[in-house]
Order: sequence, then C-alpha cells, then structure tokens
Amino acid sequence: MAAHLKKRVYEEFTKVVQQQQEEIATKKLRLTKPSKSAALHIDLCKATSPADALQYLLQFARKPVEAESVEGVVRILLEHYYKENDPSVRLKIASLLGLLSKTAGFSPDCIMDDAINILQNEKSHQVLAQLLDTLLAIGTKLPENQAIQMRLVDVACKHLTDTSHGVRNKCLQLLGNLGSLEKSVTKDTEGLAVRDVQKIIGDYFSDQDPRVRTAAIKAMLQLHERGLKLHQTIYNQACKLLSDDYEQVRSAAVQLIWVVSQLYPESIVPIPSSNEEIRLVDDAFGKICHMVSDGSWVVRVQAAKLLGSMEQVSSHFLEQTLDKKLMSDLRRKRTAHERAKELYSSGEFSSGRKWGDDAPKEEIDTGAVNLIESGACGAFVHGLEDEMYEVRIAAVEALCMLAQSSPSFAEKCLDFLVDMFNDEIEEVRLQSIHTMRKISNNITLREDQLDTVLAVLEDSSRDIREALHELLCCTNVSTKEGIHLALVELLKNLTKYPTDRDSIWKCLKFLGSRHPTLVLPLVPELLSTHPYFDTAEPDMDDPAYIAVLVLIFNAAKTCPTMPALFSDHTFRHYAYLRDSLSHLVPALRFLQQSLERVYSLQHLDPQGTQELLEFTIRDLQRLGELQSELAGVADFSAAYLRCQLLLIKALQEKLWNVAAPLYVKQSDLASAAAKQIMEETYKMEFMYSGVENKQVVIIHHMRLQAKALQLIVTARTTRGVDPLFGMCEKFLQEVDFFQRCFIADLPHLQDSFVDKLLDLMPRLMTSKPAEVVKILQTMLRQSTFLHLPLPEQIHKASATIIEPAGESDNPLRFTSGLVVALDVDATLEHVQDPQNTVKVQVLYPDGQAQMIHPKPSDFRNPGPGRHRLITQVYLSHSAWTEPCQVEVRLLLAYNSNSRIPKSPWIEAGEIPSQAETSIEGTIPFSKSVKVYIMPKPARR
Amino acid sequence: MPEIRVTPLGAGQDVGRSCILVSIGGKNVMLDCGMHMGFNDDRRFPDFSYITRNGRLTDFLDCVIISHFHLDHCGALPYFSEMVGYDGPVYMTHPTQAICPILLEDYRKIAVDKKGEANFFTSQMIKDCMKKVVAVHLHQTVQVDEELQIKAYYAGHVLGAAMFQIKVGSESVVYTGDYNMTPDRHLGAAWIDKCRPTLLITESTYATTIRDSKRCRERDFLKKVHETVERGGKVLIPVFALGRAQELCILLETFWERMNLKAPIYFSTGLTEKANHYYKLFITWTNQKIRKTFVQRNMFEFKHIKAFDRAFADNPGPMVVFATPGMLHAGQSLQIFRKWAGNEKNMVIMPGYCVQGTVGHKILSGQRKLEMEGRQVLEVRMQVEYMSFSAHADAKGIMQLVGQAEPESVLLVHGEAKKMEFLKQKIEQEFRVSCYMPANGETVTLPTSPSIPVGISLGLLKREMAQGLLPDAKKPRLLHGTLIMKDSNFRLVSSEQALKELGLAEHQLRFTCRVHLHDTRKEQETAVRVYSHLKGLLKDHCVQHLPDGSVTVESILIQAAAHSEDPGTKVLLVSWTYQCRMKSWAATSRPCSRRVCPQPPAEAADGSGRAARGPVLYSRTQSVPRSSLCTCAAPAGHGLHLWGHHQCHMPAKWPVWAEKINNPWRPLHILFLLLGWDVHLQ
Repeated sequence: MAAHLKKRVYEEFTKVVQQQQEEIATKKLRLTKPSKSAALHIDLCKATSPADALQYLLQFARKPVEAESVEGVVRILLEHYYKENDPSVRLKIASLLGLLSKTAGFSPDCIMDDAINILQNEKSHQVLAQLLDTLLAIGTKLPENQAIQMRLVDVACKHLTDTSHGVRNKCLQLLGNLGSLEKSVTKDTEGLAVRDVQKIIGDYFSDQDPRVRTAAIKAMLQLHERGLKLHQTIYNQACKLLSDDYEQVRSAAVQLIWVVSQLYPESIVPIPSSNEEIRLVDDAFGKICHMVSDGSWVVRVQAAKLLGSMEQVSSHFLEQTLDKKLMSDLRRKRTAHERAKELYSSGEFSSGRKWGDDAPKEEIDTGAVNLIESGACGAFVHGLEDEMYEVRIAAVEALCMLAQSSPSFAEKCLDFLVDMFNDEIEEVRLQSIHTMRKISNNITLREDQLDTVLAVLEDSSRDIREALHELLCCTNVSTKEGIHLALVELLKNLTKYPTDRDSIWKCLKFLGSRHPTLVLPLVPELLSTHPYFDTAEPDMDDPAYIAVLVLIFNAAKTCPTMPALFSDHTFRHYAYLRDSLSHLVPALRFLQQSLERVYSLQHLDPQGTQELLEFTIRDLQRLGELQSELAGVADFSAAYLRCQLLLIKALQEKLWNVAAPLYVKQSDLASAAAKQIMEETYKMEFMYSGVENKQVVIIHHMRLQAKALQLIVTARTTRGVDPLFGMCEKFLQEVDFFQRCFIADLPHLQDSFVDKLLDLMPRLMTSKPAEVVKILQTMLRQSTFLHLPLPEQIHKASATIIEPAGESDNPLRFTSGLVVALDVDATLEHVQDPQNTVKVQVLYPDGQAQMIHPKPSDFRNPGPGRHRLITQVYLSHSAWTEPCQVEVRLLLAYNSNSRIPKSPWIEAGEIPSQAETSIEGTIPFSKSVKVYIMPKPARR
Repeated sequence: MPEIRVTPLGAGQDVGRSCILVSIGGKNVMLDCGMHMGFNDDRRFPDFSYITRNGRLTDFLDCVIISHFHLDHCGALPYFSEMVGYDGPVYMTHPTQAICPILLEDYRKIAVDKKGEANFFTSQMIKDCMKKVVAVHLHQTVQVDEELQIKAYYAGHVLGAAMFQIKVGSESVVYTGDYNMTPDRHLGAAWIDKCRPTLLITESTYATTIRDSKRCRERDFLKKVHETVERGGKVLIPVFALGRAQELCILLETFWERMNLKAPIYFSTGLTEKANHYYKLFITWTNQKIRKTFVQRNMFEFKHIKAFDRAFADNPGPMVVFATPGMLHAGQSLQIFRKWAGNEKNMVIMPGYCVQGTVGHKILSGQRKLEMEGRQVLEVRMQVEYMSFSAHADAKGIMQLVGQAEPESVLLVHGEAKKMEFLKQKIEQEFRVSCYMPANGETVTLPTSPSIPVGISLGLLKREMAQGLLPDAKKPRLLHGTLIMKDSNFRLVSSEQALKELGLAEHQLRFTCRVHLHDTRKEQETAVRVYSHLKGLLKDHCVQHLPDGSVTVESILIQAAAHSEDPGTKVLLVSWTYQCRMKSWAATSRPCSRRVCPQPPAEAADGSGRAARGPVLYSRTQSVPRSSLCTCAAPAGHGLHLWGHHQCHMPAKWPVWAEKINNPWRPLHILFLLLGWDVHLQ
C-alpha cells in the first residue's frame, strides 16, 4: 500500500513537470498563432463530416493550449458539442475538455456547469463515461471547493444506476476520488442530502458486472488512501467478495480486507458456525492465507505479498502457516523436517532411509480432520510450492518480513527457506538466500540445516555463491562441527571456483570473529600442529591456507588463549598477512589508541607548522592502511591537511617578495600547488560517501582559496590587464556564488578567508584587478586554518580490478580495425550510484584514451556499500608492429552541481547560472591494470 | 424426470481399469477405457457387454474420452474399439494421442511376445484404433454433436493429462482423470475454472493422505545421489519409462547443471527415447520454468544424460543410471542391479511402490540376501533407498479442486472404498454437497432440475433493469411481464405486446368506493367543497374541477351524487384505476401492466384493510440470473405459475420491498381526507 501511495505521489510530481514544459512551449506558440480558439472554430466549421471533425480535433489535441485561452477554446468545443450528432466526435470533445481542464493555471470551475449540463442530455454511454472522467479531472483540480465536490458526487450518484458498466465504473471512481471525507459538511447546500459515500460504494460490491465490482472496491481503497476511515462493516462485505468468480474482484477484495484488518486489528469477529470469536486481524489473516491457494495466480501473488505485512497476527496463527498437518491413511505423519530434527537431536546424523521410515504413527480422529479452510493452515507450504515463481518469490518475501518481526517464527520458517535453496529458478534461490541473511540475527542454524545450506556453495552461478558467502558472514552456528563443516565446504568451493577467493576470505573473517569459542578447539587440527613434533611449514601463498589463517586470526581477536596454540611460523605468517591483507586480518593488540589521535586532529594548533602537518599526514596515511575501518576518515583528513600544507607552502614562496618578472620559474610551483589543491578538493568532495554539508562548505572554501591563489599567481606572471580582468570578474562571481550557496553556514566560517573577503566585497567589486589581487594576497596570508569537522561515517570510494589481472605475457591478439572484448571484473566499495558515475578508461600507448560507460545491468549489488562491476570492454586499434600494453582503469565521474545544497530561495530561473559554474570531470579511483594486446594487420 | 446416470465399469472403489459410463441429457459418454494391472484374464478389461448386449456400441455411445496415456486409463482401448467394435469418436489430448500407441504397443509386446497370449489385439488394431482418435487442445470446446460438447482442462499428473468437462444444455459433468494439484519439476498444477458442474467425478487415490512438501523429497533425493557420486559410487534408479522418469531426469539434469558435476548419467534405451522426443515437442504442456526457458534451451534436450549401453555398467568411476523396469523384476534394471549390488559404495533408489514378490519389494523390506535363478545367492551390500514421487492429488488437493469447480455433487472413483468413505464424509461436511462412491457396475442416478430457457425482449429487460433500486448480483430478481408459451418455446414479453400478439382487448379495472357524507347542499356545491378542500390539502398535485361537476385528482375521479333515499346525504363516488395508482408510484416503484399487476404492496404494508380490495390478478414472478441476460431460468424453489392459475406465489421479500416505497399519497388517503380523518402523509 505504501508503495502504491508513493507511486501516486510520483505520478503527481511528473504531471507538474510536464505542465512546466507546456508553459515554456506556449510562449513560442503565442508568437505564431494569435488565437487558438478562433483557429479551432474555423476548422470545426469547415468540417463536413464527423471523420473530418475528428481529424481536426486530433490535430488540435497535439498542441498545448495556454491557460488564458483555455476558456475560449472550451466554449467553442461546447458549442460544437451541442450541434454534433456523431457520438465519436462528442467523445473526443469530452476527452478534450478533461485534458484542457488539467491545464496549469486554469481554474475549471467555470466550465463545470456546462459539463454537468451536457451530461444530463447525453444518451451515448461511452460519451457519458468520458464526460464523467472529465468531471473527475475538474474535481481533482479543485480539491478545496466543497460545494463543487458535493455537486459532482451528486451527479455521480445519479448516474450510478446507468446500465452501462463503463458509466458506473466512472461514477464509482468519481465517488472514490471526491467523496467527502467529513460526513456532515454542508447542510446548507439545499437539496443535496448528505450522502454516506461508503454506503453507496458498498452497495456496488454486489453489482452484476465484475468490472463495476472491481471499481467499487478500488473506489473504497481510494477513499482509504485519501484518509477516510473505512467502516468495519465493510469487512463482511469484502469477505463475501473473496469467493467471487472474477480474479480482479478477488484480487482487489484481498487488498480491501488487508486494509480493514490494519484499521481494526483488535476488534472481535465471530467464527461462523461456532460460538467462538477471534480478533479481526487473525480472521483476515486466515482468509488471506486461504487465498494463497486460489485458482488465479494474480490473486495468489497479491495474497502472498500482503501476508508479509500483517505483523499483528497472533503467533499461534502465524505458525500454522507452516504446518500442513500431514497424514497418511488417516494416521498422523511427521514431516521430513520434524524427522530431520529428531534424528539430529537423537545424536544420529544422516541415517540411511528405509522404506517405511516415514511410516505414519498414531491414528487420527476422522472427525477432527479439517481438510479445507483450517485458517492459515499450511498457507506458506502451498505458497512456496506454487507453480508460478512470482508466487514463490512473494511468499519468500512475506516469510522474510514476518520472520523479521517474530523470532520464533523465524526459527520455524528456517527449514522452509533452506528448502527453497533448491528451487528450480535462480531468482527464487537468490531471494531466499537474501531473506535468510536478513533474518539471520534471529536464528541459529542446526547442523543438518547448515549442511543443506553449504551444499549450495557448489552452485555454478556466481551470484548465488556470493549471496551465500554474505549469508555465512552473518550466520550463527551452534557447534564446532558446524564451523568445521563450513570451512571444509568453503575450501572445496575455493578449489572449484578460485575466483571466489576474496569473497571466501571475507566470509571466513566474519565466521571466525563470530564464533571464537567454537574455533578454539579446532585450532590444532586446522593448523595441523602436533604436541611433540614440528610439522612442515605450509605454503604461504596457498589461498586455502590463507583462508584457514583468516578464520583463526579473527577468532583469536576475542579469544586471548588461542595464540598459545600457534606455532612459530604461524606468528610469522600473521605478521605477513597483517601487512598484506590488513583488511582481513585484525590487529591483535595496541592499535586502538591511534583512533583517538585522529579525532584529536580537530584540536590541532591552527598555527601548526609545516612539519607538524607533514608528520600528521604521514601518520594518518599509515593509520589508514592499518585500520580499514578508519581508512576513510584518515584519508579524508590527510587530504585536507595536504591541501592546507600545499597552500602554506605556496604562500611561503619567495615569489611574493620579489618583483614579478624575476620569478617566472618558481611560479610554476605555486600554480602547480593551486592545481593540486583543486584536484584534491574534487576528490574530497566526490570520492567519499557520507560527506555532510559541513564538510562540503570547508572543501569549497579550500577550493576558493586555491582559486584565489591561482588568480594571484596569474596576476604575477602574466603581463597585461585584459586577461586578468576577466579572471577577476569570474573569481568574484564565484565568491558570490559561494556566498549564496552556503549562506546558512557562513557564521561557522569566522575569521576565515571568505569571511574577510565578504567584508571587503563592496570594495572589491569596484576596484581594478591589480588592486583586487593585492587584497587577495594579504587576505590569503592572514586567513586562519579552518577546522574540518569529521563526519560520523565516511568511506572512501575505491575500486579493485580483479580481472584482467595484468599478469599475462600472452598478448591478446586481434585483427586491427576489428574489436576484441576484454572482460573486466572489479569490485567497487562505497560508490554511490555507480551506474551513473563509474566509467572504464582505456589508455592506449599512443596516448589515445577511450572512456566506456558500462551498462547499468553490469553492476551487481552483493552487499550494502559494495558493488561488483562485471562488464566487457571493447578494444580496437589500428595495427601495431609489436604487442604493447594498454592501461585499463576505473574512473569516477562527478558533476559539481549534484552536491550543491538546494536552498529554497534559489529559484528555478537561476539554474543556468549554476550550470555555468558546474564542473564535470573524472577522478581515477583504481589502480590501472596493464593489458598486453596486439592488433595484427588484417590478412588479405 | 431428467437425470444424470453414472455407472463405473472399472475404477469404482478400486484403482485400475478406469472406465466410467455417464448418461447426461440423453447422451452416453464413456470416460476412459483402461486395463487392470492385477489381472491376466478377462477381468483385466472392463465388461463392455454391460453397455449393450446386442446391438452396436457405436449406436449406444456418443463418444469416448481418454484422460491420459497411462494403461489403466487407455489400455483397453484397442480391444474396445477393434475387437468389441466401436466406430465413434475417441477424444484425447495431443500428447496422449502421440504417446498412447507407444505404450499400447509395448503392452501388447509383453502380453503376446513374452507371455504368449493369444486372442490379444494386434499392432494393426492399435493403428486402426488410433485413427478414430480426435485430438483436442486445452480449453478448446469441442462440439461432439449439436448438444454434446466437451472441453479439456490441464491436470498435471503426466504429460498431456487432462480433465474433461462434458456438457449437454445446462447440465455438465467434469471428469478429472488422474490429476496433481502440486506442480513438479516438469509439469504444472491442475487447474479448473469455476464451471459449477452438476457432477464432479474425481479420482481419490490419496483420499486419506496429506502429503509433505515436495521440496524435502527432492532435496533428499539429490543429496543421496550427490553424496554417492562424490564417494565414487554408482547410482541405479529403476523407473518406468514414462512420467516419473522424466521428472527425475529433469531434476538430476538441472542439479548437474547447477552444481557443475561431471559424473555421467545414463538412460537405458527403449521406450524412453521415443517418449522423450514427445516431451520435447509438447513444451506447452509443461510447467512455467520449462516453458519459459525452452527458447534458450529445451530442458528435455538433456546435456548430461546420455543413452546407456550395456557395456557402460562395468566402467569404473561414478555414474547414475536410469533403467527400466521400475520394480527390478526383470530386464536391464535387474541386470545392472546384479552387477552393482556387491559394492557398498553403490546405491539403488526406488522411486515408487513395488509389488510383492519383486526384487524391488524384497530389498526395500530389508532383505540382504537374494536368491536368484539358478540357485545363486546375491548378497546386497549397496545402499537401498526409497523415495516416493507420486503425482496424484492428496486429500487437500482434492478438496481444493472441488472448491475451485464448485460442483453441485461429487462422485469418487479410482480409490479404495475405505479411504473414499472418509473423503466422502469430509466433502459432504465441508461443501454441503452430496457425494457418491459407486462400486463397479453400480449406477448412481442424479435427478437434475433443468433450467428452461425463456426468451425475453431486450426492451423489456432493460426497462425492468432500470427499475432496480440497487444492484444485486447473483440474487434472483423480480421481473414483470407476460409469459407466452407457443410452439414449445417460451417468451417473456411486456404485457402490451402480449395483448397485441394474442389479439386481446385491454380491460380496465376501476375500483370504486362510496363515501356517505351528511350534507344538505346540492351536489355541485358538495363537489366544489370537496374541490376546495382537496385543493387546500394537496398542494403539490393537480386537482381539477371539471365542468360536469366531477373533481379529479390526477387520474382519480370523485363524483358527488345525491343519495336516492336520503336527500340530506350525499354520496361521494371515488373511483380509481390501478393504472393511476401505479402512475403515481412510478417515481419510486415499478409500473404495472393493466391486466396483470402484483399484489398491491401498499396495502400489504400499511395493513389497513378498510378499503375494498378489488380482484387482483397475479403475475408470475420471474427471476433473472445475472449471467444470462436473454434467458430466464427459474431456479428450484421459485415455482413457475402459469397464467390462469389462481394461486399466488408470494416471495418472502414482499413486505420489505413494500416498506421501501415511500408513497406520498394514495387513493385511500383521498378517501380519508374526504372523511376528514387525520391521515398523515408519510
């Protein structure tokens, strides 16, 4: 329902945009055509046959009409309407009226009377329906006018008895959209008795036409969406509709029942044919569950989806959905799940199945068996077994939502989810794995369940395996055998699919850190240490061995007794891995303190010297390398400090003290610094996720300083005033722009460069460039170092190209002029909206560069904040004499507009001025990989 | 009395030899023509002499319908058509038509070539028999003759299995054949629309069972096979050639594909290859997954499953072999079993029940030493597993289908009597419909109440519809008109038209009432007084004083006359027609014909029986079902009272209806007004 509402909001939003476009277009039109209405009139008068008139109207409808002339056009249309005998032309006119009344800036209340008038004389049902549609458009345009709404509702009620379903449909739609929310509004409008819209609509639940019944239910839902509280009496009516012959009616009825159950969850309803009573939400749940075995799959999907959002249902009912009450020959039978559980708890694991192993046990009382309508009984069992995968997916989603709100249910539905891992459709398998991950906080896997889960690791689909790794990351395992089993299966997976290496290591990292006590007893076995003998040192490059170590080291983090079990080489390997795979291997001691140091950066002496900055930058960089959690913050701060450092360095150049013409050479350094600062600021702004407005201000401020620096340097090194004049003006514009964008943040920037700059702004505006430069120079020197408030969560966007690995010595040969496809496989971390921002760049040895935009479907999203790009890049070049390397790297495209905060006072009209200052560019954010290629000359 | 008669010749309280005779609306249909697995004598075929002793079957039967290709549903067909002699049409679906002859031929071979039976049908007979077959598509309505029509619905179970709806007029029977309500790896679930048949004949194999989720079974099966193959063992799966074999093949094939397994899977040749070909062809009959992916790859074009050669059995390394027959009693499956039984790494999986006495049954019941021919003793070291993959609906599924079709009564076949008893009780209890379970040869007779179609003029229908205050789906509704029966057809027309057609003149009924007023003035003056009195009271109505001295209130006439005996008393004559009354109601109620009018509701409502009620003619009340706008059917309970019967059929709804009429004034009120009584207009 919420999605539905959202959709509505979205629809309305798009409408507004369209109207704006129309307006823009009309401005042009007005020049060419002075009066639209006149032209239309002439056209229509010329029309000799209905077909002709229709043609003219169609043509007319293609162009928008400006708001002022709408009324005139409407009058002309109405005039023709009265004259017209052909219903199809009248239909078109009626639809045009509706279209015109939607025109922005036009208030359609003046044409309403006419519309209602012609409605009364109309005989054709189709035209009637269209006219009612027009009225609906008018009514929705004037939501405040109560009298009009009342009148329209009245009209709708009058036509409800029409014989045509189309007319009744529209009437109900009108009632649903305009039916008054407060019951006792206007008694003053004479003759209009207060109508109970709900009652009227409710009466049409039993209309003879299924389309009208559907429309009635939809109208009721519409009332609900508009905030009218539906009566509880509707519930019984809706329940009757569940056994309707038509699927669209049933489907809508299910929705209505859901709505009512959410409105009155706690009211009590009687169970028919017994004296008992139950809560309404439970009753509704039972009924919707019953619809999961409906004959139409559309209804089944609808029912399964809605089940998921019924959270108030009592657990007793909820758990019934997973119980089908098996029997065989009238004797109760245990499900395979129950048997598996029993086997497991009796200590016997996986026995061979015998015939009659599943023999039924006790007799059932035949009277007690209820074959249908036992409420929610087995609804999910049916849903998960459904023929259509749409229903299965909906059922899995519903399971997920219910399990998230009820831990006991999560425990129960586990067996079923695990079973879904074997579904025939990959989408369903994937969905159930994701679901399992989402509820994994509530559950602990039994060994036999884990066994089934792990069996899927051999799946040939990469997506499935990665989803499963994600799942294992957050799974709770109950026994050490479970951990061992998981490790063995993961290693098997590793040998079968070596490309999964990173994902498996990561999975083991979490597995280890979650279950330190379970890993502990396994350590000697895993490391194959022996109490008396030294064993051979394993190969350090073996991915499997690394996997084992990752598991153990992560477990050791919270288990201080574990290192005692390590042999010497294990410690050595630790040191090695800590350095090479620091993101996977945790620091086992003393690195926590460094954390504080980063945060104390804020208290850094603003007058800190160059050295201090340099040291700090170095420390930060090292820290970032070691602590992956802090890498983002550390890099971000380091970049900022580096900018500051560069600025200080540039200002300390001798250039400033000596006459300009002598220091042309050194000025290179200063302008290079300015350039570098600019680059750094772009990186800071766009390469980090989680950057807040506070930081953006500081970054922009830094950039402004860099621009000032650039200006000064240019002023120093160029002769002549003309270019300088333009630059000055541009700079002042930017200052102005800065002020407008960040006016709210200006108070935080006291004593800063901008603060001072703005004080002197009036003077700067009038001074000559040379003077401006002079002022800027002094101000740059005097300005203070701004604190960079550190954001809560900040991550640097990074990318690693997994494939091509860049190790091959075999050049990729292809015929020149033709293309060769290069598989690119990369992981992206913390990239927002990668579909639009990430590009692949190919640099050819001749300096030619090619930018490739991957398709949106090439990006997968294996986990929060992570993306995977699997795409193909097409290379082509003219023939070379020898193989040579091309470089492939990933770029992050940015657009400076996107980050500018939109203040309410920035009018739409000023967008162009923003666009002028917007800067688009790209930042390389992955290491480039070299690919050896050889375009051969084509053979003749 | 019209009726539907059902007589099972086979499958009545029994499994096997399905053959059910149905007489409906004067048509005779035979549903299925199967053989019994358990017998080798005459009892294996249904007793067709029951149908007709002397005389040709073709004259008696209108058509034969075969639900699917299993031999217990089609095994006796060549015998029936060629040896007993039947030349009428045989209906079956396309896949059944394609696969049926293969199975029949196989059956014939075993019976004649292996068992050496004489007097059995020949290959030619099978071919001739198949020539009589008319293939039908799903949901295609086939007109067998002018009145009898049949329609096939999807049934799951095996490829091409269908449920059939047989319809004559408004009566219909649905025969399910065998069906499965849970989809599997290669077939979808049975589905039927809300066709509301008079009788639903359903199978009831699993009448007392509610099955576990199929997923556990599948997972278990795959896990067992996978583990064995990984260990390097060989897996033997004895199957029957068609049906479950394909299901297991698809299951293993997709698993191999998914898990990237390399061990070979073999299929013992024979029937299956031919049948697989048909599975490839009839993709539309399979489930969603196969239908959707066949564009990329037909799932039945197995990548991992290859044809088996006798020599492969001795190959080293893991493998999976499907071999016939399914019970390990003979043939290739037994040969392979002998070779592999000794190794504990190997495994045999029995996917279905085994008849007592077969090797399959022995090993399943735990026997580890088997005596083979020639006094050899075979020690079974391999693992023995049992997996049930059945494709029949369980009790819940049967109930689900009954719920979907909404029949008026149910008849159970193809199941054991004891189990049927339970299901019968449940159906009667939960759906409140009658349920039957005849034994073989026992006839069930169902009386039906046929609906009689009545033509109605569209104008009348529309007029009557417009009168309705509220929409009322499905409910019977009152309709006013005249029923004309002429040349055995019924028509409902408006009374005006009826008069015209019958050439009758219209009679006007006027009701009069005399009111004695004590008034000494002249008649004219009295009239003037009455006029002014009424004029004052009835402001909204047209009150006129006519030149001849009478007063009219709309169409009510009031005349004053002097009393013949007492000059001091004036007699006021108030006269009204029904027409006029009805006119005044027209705004809120329905118009009424002059000759025919309903029981006046006004009086019924206010209960004041003071006024003389004139003789009242009752019209027939006619209900209009929503679905058929042009025919009127009188459902049971609503008697159809013919013109001229002086009998009133008063629906219980009358008083309610009358209450709704908020008539501002009535002729009676005029009387009351005149008498000076204080009558409140409601």
